[in-house]
Amino acid sequence: MALTTVGGASNATRRVEDEIFRRGRDLKGTSFRSLMLSALGVSILILIVLIVDVFVDGWSVLSTRLPDFITGTLRSQSSSDALGISQGLLGSLWIAVFVTVLSFPIGVAAAIYLEEYAPRNLLTKTIDIAIRNLAGVPSVVYGLLGLFLFVQTNNGNSTLYAGGITLAILVLPIVVITSAEAIRAVPSSLRQGAYGVGATKWDVIRTQILPFAAPGILTGSLLSLSRAVGEAAPLILVGAITGRLAPRGGSFVSLDQLGDRFTAMPIVIVGWVQESGRDPGFAAAAGAAIVVLLALVVMMNSVAVTLRNYFENKRG
Amino acid sequence: MANISIPPTLVGSARRERPTIESLAGPRSRARKEKFIRSIFFSAALVSIAISALIVISLVREASVFIFEIEWAQTWGQNGWFPRTGTYDMPTLLVSSLIVTVVAMLVAGPLGLGSAIYLSEYASRRTRAFLKPVLEVLAGVPSVVLGFFALFFISPQVIERIGRNGWWVIGAVMVVVYVLLVGGWARRLVKRDIETPIAVQLKRVATLTVLVATGLVLIWWVNNVAGSSDVASPDFFSVKRSGQLAAAAVGVGILTIPLVASVSEDALASVPDELRTASAGLGARKFTTTVQVVLPAAVSGIVAAFIIGISRALGETMVVFMAGGAADAAQFTSSPFDGGLTMTAGMASLATGTDNVVGEGLTFQSLYFVGLVLFVLTLALNIAAGRFVSRVREQY
Amino acid sequence: MVGLRTSSKKTLKGQLVSAEETTTEVADVEVDRTVDVIKEPVPMEIADEDLVFKASDLSVFYGDFRAVRNVDMRIKRNEITALIGPSGCGKSTVLRSFNRMNDLIPTARVEGELLYQGVDLYDERVDPVEVRRRIGMVFQKPNPFPKSIYDNVAYGPRVAGRKKGLDDVVESSLKKAALWEEVKDRLNDSAIGLSGGQQQRLSIARAIAVDPEVLLMDEPCSALDPIATARIEELMAEIKDEYTILIVTHNMQQAARVSDRTGFFSVEVDEENDRRTGLLVEYTTTEKLFSNPDDERTENYITGRFG
Ligand SMILES: Nc1ncnc2c1ncn2[C@@H]1O[C@H](COP(=O)(O)OP(=O)(O)OP(=O)(O)O)[C@@H](O)[C@H]1O
Ligand SMILES: [Mg+2]
Repeated sequence: MALTTVGGASNATRRVEDEIFRRGRDLKGTSFRSLMLSALGVSILILIVLIVDVFVDGWSVLSTRLPDFITGTLRSQSSSDALGISQGLLGSLWIAVFVTVLSFPIGVAAAIYLEEYAPRNLLTKTIDIAIRNLAGVPSVVYGLLGLFLFVQTNNGNSTLYAGGITLAILVLPIVVITSAEAIRAVPSSLRQGAYGVGATKWDVIRTQILPFAAPGILTGSLLSLSRAVGEAAPLILVGAITGRLAPRGGSFVSLDQLGDRFTAMPIVIVGWVQESGRDPGFAAAAGAAIVVLLALVVMMNSVAVTLRNYFENKRG
Repeated sequence: MANISIPPTLVGSARRERPTIESLAGPRSRARKEKFIRSIFFSAALVSIAISALIVISLVREASVFIFEIEWAQTWGQNGWFPRTGTYDMPTLLVSSLIVTVVAMLVAGPLGLGSAIYLSEYASRRTRAFLKPVLEVLAGVPSVVLGFFALFFISPQVIERIGRNGWWVIGAVMVVVYVLLVGGWARRLVKRDIETPIAVQLKRVATLTVLVATGLVLIWWVNNVAGSSDVASPDFFSVKRSGQLAAAAVGVGILTIPLVASVSEDALASVPDELRTASAGLGARKFTTTVQVVLPAAVSGIVAAFIIGISRALGETMVVFMAGGAADAAQFTSSPFDGGLTMTAGMASLATGTDNVVGEGLTFQSLYFVGLVLFVLTLALNIAAGRFVSRVREQY
Repeated sequence: MVGLRTSSKKTLKGQLVSAEETTTEVADVEVDRTVDVIKEPVPMEIADEDLVFKASDLSVFYGDFRAVRNVDMRIKRNEITALIGPSGCGKSTVLRSFNRMNDLIPTARVEGELLYQGVDLYDERVDPVEVRRRIGMVFQKPNPFPKSIYDNVAYGPRVAGRKKGLDDVVESSLKKAALWEEVKDRLNDSAIGLSGGQQQRLSIARAIAVDPEVLLMDEPCSALDPIATARIEELMAEIKDEYTILIVTHNMQQAARVSDRTGFFSVEVDEENDRRTGLLVEYTTTEKLFSNPDDERTENYITGRFG
C-alpha cells in the first residue's frame, strides 16, 4: 500500500506498529502478568512479615540479653535471668551429628548403588519406589516409627539417640534423591573415558563421579541437615518434649548424653509457645529462640543454594 | 615367531607376553575388592526397603490391636476426640484435617502456581536468579516457626481482624473463582475449542471478584469498624495469642507454597520451548501462549503439584498442634473458626499429654491407628502424584 | 612403491559424511586418488602369530534389537584397520565390543566369537577392566577429565596401581601423542583449557599411558579441523609400529590415507518392522577395497553413489 501524505504515513505507521507490538491494547496479558507477579510478591511479602514478626516478638529478649539467652537453660518462669536455649542448641547439635554420621554416608552410598550399579530388575525398582514414597511420608509417622523402635524397647524412656536416629531416618530419602540427581548429572563421557583406560567401577566412582557430583551432594546434604534441625513432630512423638539435656561430667557435650532425655531447638520453641498461655513472657522467649533457629537454618540453606547456583553457573 | 618380526626397540606390544585366559581374568584380589565395595553400596540401598518395611510393620502391628479391640461405636458419631476417656471419634479428626487441607490449598494453590508461572514464563534470568532462592528460603522455614506465626500473627491480625463473615465470603469467592477457572479451562481442554476466548471467562471472573470484594469490604467495615472501637489503634506486631483451625490452615498453606511452586515450575520448565516459539510464531501473544499452550501442556505436572501439596498439608503437624486452638482433646467441629485437632495434631498432643503414653488402655494404639490412616492417605496421594509426574516425563 | 589406483576415474563426493548429506549438500568433486594415496601394499593373508583379533560370526544386540550381524574379521598386528560405512550401520558398536565397552550399556549383548590373541574376550572369566588396559580407546569427542594435563595422562597408570615413575610415563606418552612440546610448561594446568585438537591428542596420550597393545579410535578426528586432523593422522602413522590400531571414520580419504585394511559396513532394513541391522559387506586390504571392490555396494559407497 502506498503511503502518500506525511500525516497518513505516520498514522499508518502507528497503526502497523500497534498491530505488531499490540501496544497498549494487551490488557488481558498485562493483567495476567501482574496477577502472577502479585502471587510471587505476596509469597515473598509473607516471608518478610514472618521474619519481622518473630523479630518484633523476640526483640525484648534479643536486644537485652542475647548472650545470656544462648547460654541459659530452660526455666519455669519467663522472668528468670537464667532462661535460655543452651539445652535446645545442644540437642540440635546432636541431631546434626546423627544426620551427618548416619544419613550422609548411607544416603550417598544408596544413591551410588542406584545410579552406578543397580541392574534393571524388580529389586531395583522396589528400592526406587520405596525411596520415593518414603520422601512423601509425613514426618509425624517417622515419629511413630521412632517410638516403636527405640522408646518402647527402652521401657518407654525417650533418649537422645532415639530422636537422633529417627531424624536421620527421616532425611535419608532426601539425601538419596538429591545425591542421585547430582550423580546423574555427571557426563557419561567422563565415565567412558575412565573405563576406557581400564578403571574399575570403584575407581570411576572414587576419581570421577564423587568429585564431580560433590557440590550437588553437599547441597542436598545441607538442605536435609537444615530440615532435620528444624523438624519437631517426630521428636514430640519420641518424647523429646519432656526432656532436658544437661551437661554431663562437667562437659557440655559428652557421649553419655546419648542415653539421656533431651530436647532440641524446635521443641524448646513449642514448649515455650505452650507455656505462653500461662506466662505470656514466654512468647518473647519463643520469638527469640525462633530468630536463633531461623538464623541457623537459613544460613545452612543459603550456603546450600549458593553453592548449587555457583556450580550450575560454572558448568553452564 | 611373532616376536621376532617386531623391532626390539618397541615397548608396547613387544614387552607383553601373549595373553592367556588367566591373565585376562585379572588379579583375584581386585575382583574381590570390587565385589565387597558393591555389596556395601547395595546394603545402603537396602536400608530404604528396611525402613519402609519397619514403618508398615510398626503401624500395622499397633493399629491392628486398636482395630480388633476397640468398640467401633467409640470411633464414629461421638461428640469429639477424647482419647484419655476412651472416645476416639475419627470424624472429628478427619473433618478438621479436611478443613485445614482445603484452606491451606486455597492459599498455596494460587500463590504457588502463580509464582511458578511468573518465574518460569515471565521473569528475566536475572530476576529469576534473585527471586527463586527467596522462595527456597521460604521452603526451609521450620514448621514450628509457622506455628508461632500462625498463633501470634495470622490468627489475631488476619483471621480475627477480618472476621468470620468476611472469611466466609473470601473463601466462597475463591472457591467460585477456582471452579470457574478450572471448570472453564477443563471444558476448553475437553472440547479442544481454541476459538472460545478465555478472556470472556476471565472477564466474568474479574467482575465477580470485584463485586464480591466490594461486599467484603462492606462486611469487614460492619464487623470491625462500625462495631468495635479498638481497631482504630492497631498495633500490628503485638504479642496476642489465639488459635483456630483457620489460622493454622493458613500457616500450613504458607508452608506448602514453595512445594507447589517448585513442582509446578518443573512441570512448566519441561514444556519444550518449541511449543512456545511455535505459538509465538503464529502471532499469539505471551498471554495466549501461556494460557492456551504452556499450561495445557504442563497440566499433568500442575495436577501433581497440587496433589503433592495436599499430601504435604495433610501431613503437617506442628502448625496445627501449636495454632489449631485445641489441646489434647477436641470437640467435633466443622467450622474453621473453632479450635480443633487434625489427625497429625491429635497424634502430637497425645504424645505430649503425659510423660509416657505407653500402657493406658488403647490410647497408645490409637496413635498408631491414626498414623496408619494418615500413612495410607498420603501414600495414595503420593502415588497418584507420581503417576501424573511420569505422564509429564513420557510426554516430553 | 605402487600407487593405489582406482580402476577408472570416478566421482568421489568430497568428504562423505552420511548418506543423507551426500545427496543434499556436498557438491561433486573430481578426485584423482592416484595422487594423494600412495602406500605399501599389504599382503592379504595374515599369519596366525600376527593375528590380534579374530571375530567369527559376531552379532551385537541392544535388548532384542540386533544392531550388527555376522561380522567376520581378522585384524593384523601393527596394522591400521579402518571401519567405514554409513551412519547407524554399527561401526561404533563393533568397535566397542572389541574392548568390552559395550558392557557399560545395560542392554548390550554379544553373540558369536571374538578372540583376542587366541583368548575368547567374552569368556565369563575375563575381566573387562583387564581387557581395557590392553586395548585402549579414543573417543569421537575429546573427553578430558576436569583435572590437570598431568593427572589426565597419569590417570590410567594410577588406577592400575602404578605410583612410581609417573613423570616418565606422562612425558613419553605426551611425546608419542605429539603434544609434549605444546604442554610441557603447563602440565599442571587444567586440561579443559586445551584446544579441541590438543584435547584429542591428550586423549590419545591418556590411552597410550597405560601401555596398551591395541588402540581403538572411534572417529577421532570428526570434531577437529583439517590441520588437527592431519596431526592425528601423522601421529597414527608414527605410532603404528608399536600398536595395532582400529579406526572408525566417516572420511573415506582418511581411511584410504592411513589404513592398511578396511572394512565396509552397510545396513539392511527390515521392511516389516523398519529395523536397521548393520553387516560387514566387504573386508579386505585398503588398496583393493578402494580400487577394485568385489561388492557392488562397496563400489557405490566409495564412489558416492550411495544406494
Ligand atoms: N546404547 C544403545 N542402545 C540401543 N541402541 C543403540 C545404542 N547405541 C547404538 N544403538 C543402535 O545401534 C545401531 C548402530 O549404532 P552405532 O552407533 O554403532 O552406529 P555407527 O555406525 O557408529 O553410526 P555413526 O556413524 O553415526 O556413529 C544404531 O541403529 C543405533 O541406533
Ligand atoms: Mg559411531
